[in-house]
Amino acid sequence: MTSTDTTTAGKETSKPTPQMEGTTKEFYDFCQKKELRFQCCSNCKQWRHVPRLMCAECGSWEWQWLRSSGRGKVFTWTVVERPMHPDFVEDVPYAPVVIELEEGVRMVSWLSNCDPHEITRGMPVEVEFDAVSEQLTLPKFKRRNNPL
Amino acid sequence: MSALQNEACIVGIGQTPFLRGTDDDCSSSLRVELQACEAAIKDAGLSNKDIDGILPFYGLSIAEDLAVNLGVRDLAYQATSHVGGAGPGASVANAANAVVAGLANYVIIPGGWYGYSGRRVRQIVVQDVNAMSGGKTARDFYFPFGLTAPVQWFSFIARLHMMEFGTKPEHLGAVAVAQRKHAQLNPNALLRDKPLDMAGYLASPMISDPYRMFDCSLEADGGCAFVVTTKERARDLAQTPINILGIAQGQPFPADDILTREDPFHLGVTDAAPRAFGMAGIEAKDVDFAEIYDPFTFQVIQQLEEIGFCERGSGGDFVADGGIELGGKLPVNTHGGLLSEAHVLGMNHYIEAVQQLRGNAGERQVKDAEIGIVTGFGDFGDGAIAVLGR
Repeated sequence: MTSTDTTTAGKETSKPTPQMEGTTKEFYDFCQKKELRFQCCSNCKQWRHVPRLMCAECGSWEWQWLRSSGRGKVFTWTVVERPMHPDFVEDVPYAPVVIELEEGVRMVSWLSNCDPHEITRGMPVEVEFDAVSEQLTLPKFKRRNNPL
Repeated sequence: MSALQNEACIVGIGQTPFLRGTDDDCSSSLRVELQACEAAIKDAGLSNKDIDGILPFYGLSIAEDLAVNLGVRDLAYQATSHVGGAGPGASVANAANAVVAGLANYVIIPGGWYGYSGRRVRQIVVQDVNAMSGGKTARDFYFPFGLTAPVQWFSFIARLHMMEFGTKPEHLGAVAVAQRKHAQLNPNALLRDKPLDMAGYLASPMISDPYRMFDCSLEADGGCAFVVTTKERARDLAQTPINILGIAQGQPFPADDILTREDPFHLGVTDAAPRAFGMAGIEAKDVDFAEIYDPFTFQVIQQLEEIGFCERGSGGDFVADGGIELGGKLPVNTHGGLLSEAHVLGMNHYIEAVQQLRGNAGERQVKDAEIGIVTGFGDFGDGAIAVLGR
């Protein structure tokens, strides 16, 4: 959970990391390859996130990891002014943002090129990848200035 | 009609003092839970050996630890629901079930912690992946992005409501101010001597926008407990029994992820409230007061809407202008709640509801209180609601 063996550009950090096993590992392994992929039910074609073993719509156990367009919009967000975790003290203020992807799934992430206080609802964004350590690449997002 | 309707009742309540700071060993919640159990059993006019059912709060104590200390030699029934702050309500359902079905005679529900002097919630949720039912989702997909604490993920939903319905900071503030007023009438409230007005609320530091410090519940050390038995057995006990008229639980879907719900405002209590009201045979308008689990101010507004005290989107207006203060349309959290009495896991909401229905609430007594509700709210929106009556 709170692993201490990750590094960012040689600098030690103990920020929380995902537990790399099962479908969580599969999701982040794709991120390592700079691919944002979500599960899509092989039977009813419903996209889903977070990863699950069964499709809650149709009960199928079969899925594919389909590649997302990486484009989406800001659904909601908060601006953390006072950190609740010691490893995020230096990041304050920062904004965990909920992104709604074009495929309909939502995930929490960060915006790299937007002041936390300038985030707006529906702001168009696209994915980029931040290799925070050798083992972990996080999908983050940047504001799209010319949404098409 | 449900077999549980109006068959079980709360016959004893107990609590420790509520504190912020203690010399106790804070590594285990056992001490405060045992102290509360002793008080509740005594209040009921029972002895420890009469207890044959124990329903511990998930993640705090386990039934055997309580039983061996209390001297409960014949523990006939125990159960724990993994629903965080909805745990007390889930246990009321379990207790009512157990005593009505004859699985146990006198069931005790304890809940307490050193939430201020021991590990804080913000530490527990990150350190113990099993603490919340959505803990693995949070570990793998929230925490790496600095979304590590309830104040942060619940502020997502408050912001959505503000954008969708025009709910204002002053509406959140109205909840904080109302509950602080109630706390000033409650000798047990930690913030009894700290009045709060809207200017003071708005001036409190931003924690996780839109949540300010005074939107947040008050971490505290302390415990509560109460005893449930059948109506028939209650006749021989010390107190006027408080009847469990209706009890129900519910969960949002998916329960383990607050971000991906089709309807982000739908809570466990959205489904639970009609079930509990149906069991009790009442409507929202029949309720004299409401003790609403209040981790943060907006979650009070949200539950009031989802239970049906007002339309979705109008909760801000409902709580404004004294609407939820004593003397208002619906007095809410008459003890000050988790925000201004103490965060004792919503167990203190049950204690307060029983005091109100016994007519023992002193300066904060709701006049002619006959029916009250108590909600629980846990993890990412698990819900429970009890309809209590005298």
